[in-house]
Amino acid sequence: MSSTAEPVIRIEHVTKSYTSGMPVLRDVSLTVARGEVVVVCGPSGSGKSTLIKCVNALEPIQQGRITVDGEQVGGKGVNLPRLRARVGMVFQHFELFPHMRVLDNLCLAQCKVLGRSRQEAESRSEALLDRVGLKAFAGKHPGQLSGGQQQRVAIARALAMDPVVMLFDEATSALDPEMVSEVLDVMVELARSGMTMMVVTHEMGFARKVAHRVVFMDQGEVVEDSPTTVFFEGAQSPRARQFLSKILTY
Amino acid sequence: MSNFDFEIIGRSLGYLFFEGMRFTLTLTFLAAIGGVILGTGLAIIRLSGGRVLSAVAAGYVNLVRALPLVLVIFWFYFLVPYLGQWLTGSSRPIHVGGFASALITFIVFEAAYFSEIMRAGIASIPRGQAAAGLALGLTPLQSMRYVILPQVFRIMLPVLLTQTIVLFQDTSLVYVLSITDFLGAASKIAQRDGRLVEMYSFAALVYFIVSFAASRGVQRLRALIAVPR
Repeated sequence: MSSTAEPVIRIEHVTKSYTSGMPVLRDVSLTVARGEVVVVCGPSGSGKSTLIKCVNALEPIQQGRITVDGEQVGGKGVNLPRLRARVGMVFQHFELFPHMRVLDNLCLAQCKVLGRSRQEAESRSEALLDRVGLKAFAGKHPGQLSGGQQQRVAIARALAMDPVVMLFDEATSALDPEMVSEVLDVMVELARSGMTMMVVTHEMGFARKVAHRVVFMDQGEVVEDSPTTVFFEGAQSPRARQFLSKILTY
Repeated sequence: MSNFDFEIIGRSLGYLFFEGMRFTLTLTFLAAIGGVILGTGLAIIRLSGGRVLSAVAAGYVNLVRALPLVLVIFWFYFLVPYLGQWLTGSSRPIHVGGFASALITFIVFEAAYFSEIMRAGIASIPRGQAAAGLALGLTPLQSMRYVILPQVFRIMLPVLLTQTIVLFQDTSLVYVLSITDFLGAASKIAQRDGRLVEMYSFAALVYFIVSFAASRGVQRLRALIAVPR
């Protein structure tokens, strides 16, 4: 087990490009310490979504190194499915399994990956559905739920694996405005409970409220990496200031 | 009309259905199951196997789909005994019954078509579904087995069943091997008693009723199994 000083996520000099054209990530370095909430923001196309997908190897990298909880992602002898199971991920489009009931969505990987008994998985699932306020929906199919409810189920599904860190990839971007807050409420509660989180989002209100640090990316590079108050009071780089002035005007 | 003897049908019903139709339905059912399994495997290899494997699978599908079914039936019937000899290392061509030969032929042939259906189905599932499965720690195969394929079967079941109805009609081609399927049975009686018009008309009617009823059933099913998204 890693010591508390070792960051949960350590991204070192990561460069990634698709077969042709410009690199989407350029020499990106970033760490997320245990219990820390880091918000990653930036204009679209800045590479922030790609970066978060590299953390659990949903996207391969060409150069650099990413370690999660002391293990190198994609390293030799590292059991990738096992490593991914310890990293919870919440997607922009929820990605609940539409053919399964909500309860089965939560139980599947607990049983198949962690080897929990059905009974154990169900009681854990019910507790988590209760935590996100959806215990009554266990027997429903995802299609019967609103977008906000589906995303809360997706958060519960990720939590069911007892992850050491949670990744949020624009978790509220696909939601109708009135449903954004119910999802953010769950995320805030999670952050306050001490969960380590890496959050790609445009929700600056969320960042102000619970983030310890804000990372600003542009054109595949980390432009700014500051404590939250510093970022909002006086971002150093002109690009970050410009971004902030645009999205905070309204 | 007085020259026609439709009573011949009534007298031969037992033979037609208990011998002929039973064979036809058994062959259709087993070939469909085998074809879907092999076809699904081919589709998975084409979509996620290495470059060499997926080229082999693609070549297989393209080859089989470019050959007439009757040719494949003949070819297998005469080739399988030698293949069996080669595989088992026996000194003489092994004996393969008409049923086994026909079944292997149809599985091999239909797998090519089923694999195209399954490939389209797998491609229709949003990529995020597989990513979500992997992110939860499932292996690629587990993700295929528990997340992707159940959705594909639900979406594609009507198309798979429609292809099976085509298969049901195509099984009549085994009559070139003098096998007594439904058409073969009708044909034998027709030749024996010289009642060609009556027997072939009756056979056509039965094929029509079974196929038409089945495709109506598929339409009903389509509405029933739609997954709410």
